[in-house]
Amino acid sequence: MAAAERAGMTGTMASHYAEEFARAEGGLVGADSGWFKAARRRALTHFGRIGFPTPKEEEWKYTSVAPIESRSFRLAGHPRNGLDVAELDRLRLIEAHELVFVNGYYSAQLSRLASLPAAVSVAPLSEALPDSLQEHMERQAEQPGNGFAALNAALLSDGVHIRVGSGVTLKTTLHLLFISTAPDGPTASFPRVFIEAGANSRVLIIEHYAGLTPEEYFTDALTEINVGPGATVEHYKWQMEGARGYHIGQMLVHQQRESRVTSYSVSLGAALARDDIAVSLAGEGAGASLNGLYMAKGRQHVDHHTSIDHQQPHTTSAEYYKGVLAGHARGVFDGKVVVREGAQKADAELTNKNLLLSEHAEMDTKPELQIYADDVKCSHGATVGQLDEDALFYLRSRGIEYSQATALLTYAFADDVVARIAIEPMRHAIERHLTAYLPRAALDMELL
Amino acid sequence: MATHPYEVEALIGKEYAAGFYTDLEADTLPPGLDEEVIRHISSKKNEPEWLCEWRLSAYRHWLTQKEPRWATVVHPPIDYQGISYYSAPKTKKDGPKSLDEVDPKLLETYEKLGIPLHERAILAGVAVDAVFDSVSVATTFKERLAEAGVIFCSFSEAVRNHPDLVRRYLGSVVPAGDNFFAALNSAVFTDGSFCYVPKGVRCPMELSTYFRINAANTGQFERTLIIADEGSHVSYLEGCTAPMRDENQLHAAVVELVALDNARIKYSTVQNWYPGDENGKGGIYNFVTKRGECRGHNSKISWTQIETGSAITWKYPSCVLRGDNSSGEFYSVALTNHYQQADTGTKMVHLGRNTRSTIISKGISAGRGRNAYRGLVRIAKSAANARNYTQCDSLLMSDRCAAHTFPYIEVKNPSARVEHEATTSKISEDQLFYCRQRGIAAEDAINMIVNGFCKEVFKELPMEFAVEAQKLLSVSLAGAVG
Amino acid sequence: MLTISNLHVCIDGKPILRGIDLEVGPGEVHAIMGPNGSGKSTLAHVLAGRDAYEVTQGTVVYDGADLLAMPPEDRARRGIFLAFQYPVEIPGVNNAYFLKAALNAGRRYRGLTEFDAVEFLSLVREKMKLVHLDEALLKRSVNEGFSGGEKKRNEVFQMAVLEPRLAILDETDSGLDIDALKIVAEGVNRLRGGDRSIIVVTHYQRLLNHVLPDAVHVLSEGRIIRSGQRDLALELEERGYDWLRPNALA
Repeated sequence: MAAAERAGMTGTMASHYAEEFARAEGGLVGADSGWFKAARRRALTHFGRIGFPTPKEEEWKYTSVAPIESRSFRLAGHPRNGLDVAELDRLRLIEAHELVFVNGYYSAQLSRLASLPAAVSVAPLSEALPDSLQEHMERQAEQPGNGFAALNAALLSDGVHIRVGSGVTLKTTLHLLFISTAPDGPTASFPRVFIEAGANSRVLIIEHYAGLTPEEYFTDALTEINVGPGATVEHYKWQMEGARGYHIGQMLVHQQRESRVTSYSVSLGAALARDDIAVSLAGEGAGASLNGLYMAKGRQHVDHHTSIDHQQPHTTSAEYYKGVLAGHARGVFDGKVVVREGAQKADAELTNKNLLLSEHAEMDTKPELQIYADDVKCSHGATVGQLDEDALFYLRSRGIEYSQATALLTYAFADDVVARIAIEPMRHAIERHLTAYLPRAALDMELL
Repeated sequence: MATHPYEVEALIGKEYAAGFYTDLEADTLPPGLDEEVIRHISSKKNEPEWLCEWRLSAYRHWLTQKEPRWATVVHPPIDYQGISYYSAPKTKKDGPKSLDEVDPKLLETYEKLGIPLHERAILAGVAVDAVFDSVSVATTFKERLAEAGVIFCSFSEAVRNHPDLVRRYLGSVVPAGDNFFAALNSAVFTDGSFCYVPKGVRCPMELSTYFRINAANTGQFERTLIIADEGSHVSYLEGCTAPMRDENQLHAAVVELVALDNARIKYSTVQNWYPGDENGKGGIYNFVTKRGECRGHNSKISWTQIETGSAITWKYPSCVLRGDNSSGEFYSVALTNHYQQADTGTKMVHLGRNTRSTIISKGISAGRGRNAYRGLVRIAKSAANARNYTQCDSLLMSDRCAAHTFPYIEVKNPSARVEHEATTSKISEDQLFYCRQRGIAAEDAINMIVNGFCKEVFKELPMEFAVEAQKLLSVSLAGAVG
Repeated sequence: MLTISNLHVCIDGKPILRGIDLEVGPGEVHAIMGPNGSGKSTLAHVLAGRDAYEVTQGTVVYDGADLLAMPPEDRARRGIFLAFQYPVEIPGVNNAYFLKAALNAGRRYRGLTEFDAVEFLSLVREKMKLVHLDEALLKRSVNEGFSGGEKKRNEVFQMAVLEPRLAILDETDSGLDIDALKIVAEGVNRLRGGDRSIIVVTHYQRLLNHVLPDAVHVLSEGRIIRSGQRDLALELEERGYDWLRPNALA
């Protein structure tokens, strides 16, 4: 794309979203809050300046967001139109605090928030804007990151602020369910999640994105997690957007000393999905474990970026991402590990394994290490290939036909990650998806 | 290392041994670059019109390009108008006809560097082309090679005597405008080595070029072109040194390799350009484009590099695996000490069926050295059954050094199998103590462990160069342990 | 040969050895026994010159010289050999090359001519038989991919090649099955004799069934709490260590 044309396009997009902003501003979260409005406007100006990222940028080398850029998504006006409640019920989890967002807006009616321990607050932004957010959001409006983050800051439709007090263990899972129904044609939603885990607290959160529409839509989500000293956060992201959905999700994690974060990111849906996780191990002894599974077929494009920044001594990270690509699907993985000067005794391990199941599937992977300390243990490995021929042969020599053997081995490849998921209903649902993805494996599901 | 650092430093306080300057009369162009300068270089070398035009078009392309910024290296801006683009030791007209006519000072220089050019002292079994600043001063063993049909001469001579071969292959692997530094080289290259091994010939000896930068304020822009015709084999070595100077000097070479059906090329480099002093002052900027094309089926190109010198190294010896069943290899040891920076690696572009590539990279970072492996493995849609194995290891020897790994893996064919592994390690106190308990001095133990770390790469080098490389490594690590 | 007087040693400020006195004469074999954490391995490492240990008091005189003032390689060259409990792996460094470097470093130090490859190999072949080591191990990297038993036998083999004056075996019997133990013990016994002294550091007395000590010392909480003859080791096997502890006696 020529520079002038590109500038023109960015300009068009910026003015499109500026118009959307002007149209919807009065009804957005925090419309009566001066600082919030000012922060939104600064972010919008910033977006106007930088626009959407392009493949010329290293971080977007393998993923073009032109399809998102070329469509004029609108902010959904009447969120609950066209919602099939029965379908929604199928997505619910038993024994969880459930917050339901439809097309970016919180629905108290659809949510189920049982009583919470005293030191825990779970507040939809549309109901309350904690003061503590002001400074944070104003600072962020100055440096909002890439175009998607800027757009989220400008057009933030709704979200939730979760705070778990020091020493508290929240035993019940928090299930954040983001439903898209695209009621008025191609719509966009901009959800935001803030999580603050106090010292030595424990919490388990599921972010669940689901499309209940065959229409095009766009989700631009941003999650921020602040993990206090000694706290433990388990975070699951379950991305099941509709077949014509576009999903851009970013998660920023800041960890203090001796804190633990375990993340599972499972990408199954969307025409184009991008998932970014950036973890700052900002306190001594902090540790993060990131797990991921992506499965794509047809013309799906799925891109996972992770970045782990070891800023302090004795920090640890372990990453394990697997991908299965069929049809004309294209997968991208970029895993960056940085060990800062002085972050001695850091231990980082990263693995990315990919399976290409069809002639036209493609995979680009880029594990990356940047090390500025010497007493560290870092390693990474990446593979791209087909199923192990010896294993295939072994199965076939036992009389299992080729397609079935393939399905079984593919199932086993993916299940390696799925089996780590501790939330049973989520694990079962993903396993069901896996069987649907691999029809031949369905027959043998009972045996596995 | 906590173990008596001062003691270790004192014991291995060796210095850059090739840092002397040879004082002789030179024919040097004033600094600056424009079309006139290029025409001047071309006419000085009596080049045909087409080559002058080729240079000029490269220059015009270069004017539209920007210096690459994506590498992890940092340096002050380079003043391309402050460099002299041609410097040659003064000789009689038409250059020396034989070694007897070569300036004795030049012969002495190479003797001091351990590369005797005189027939009586000549390195057995190795033919040497000696390039001094902008020109080739001598090539040994020419006659014996000619008997086998092998052409090995300076690039200028090849342009005069084998214009058709040069015209056919020049720029066919690294196009004139390939990148900023390649374009600059294409415009101003002065000399280098040329080699053609005809069909079915196994080159009877190792070929080698020894590059020496001598003059101040000059750049060195040599060009090497090696063509291995069907079924031929050749092994080529290059070595490089430069005097110690406080100013940085630019070296922007281009190397092109072409392997036709069933041909094999083995290209080894021991790069020991002046690295600058322990405070990062001076040293060579080594910005080099090296690429080989396995044009024919079953062909093989193997790169081995030992990079211990230069203030900055920016090079990615690559293989385009076009022929079916062709294979590419890259074996690298890159050491950065003090303030040296290296951003090096390879590209393996798999186009043909059943193509294979192997990448073994060993980075050693000491002092405040920065060392990055940057590599690309691309499996094109057409490359059925391609295989790649990559192993990148970093050895960290100080808490202020940096080691990076940037591998790009792009797979567009499902029958490919690509594996990449990277690790980092340091010399452990346990290893060091174990060696010392057996009576081995700390600095010997460190050298031993570092050499062990590099072993997979050293074994790819021809014997005499492997020994040289090991020595070089221990010298380059001088003062690294602290 | 070796005189340890009132040796106090700390690690990270924590006292580990609290006044050791020990005299080992030429040709003697001393066993140092004691429960886990009693300081046995610390003593072995301090004698070899490991620098993580801080000597806060006391002296060690070896052949009339101040041992503690010497760097580890000089101690090795003067004939002190430590067979490690956990021999370290050194990737890429060939076992034979390593050993030749060690042997010649010692010979140079003692003013002897260095061994060339031929002399070295014939010596090594002879010594490998001692511990039934496969010659293929010579070509592998130092300890890399060796089984536990191979590592221990490799230590004894190195000892045979380097011919130390004082050998310290640090838990060389741990992790060995009975056959491997016999091989290692046999190797050690063949090296016994003349002026060569040996300190055997061990938790169990089973190695002492094969390598008969001249003296047995019991180390507990950083002190030698009992010294005796071989029968002390047998008694320890029968009764354990607890009966010797000061509080048990009280």
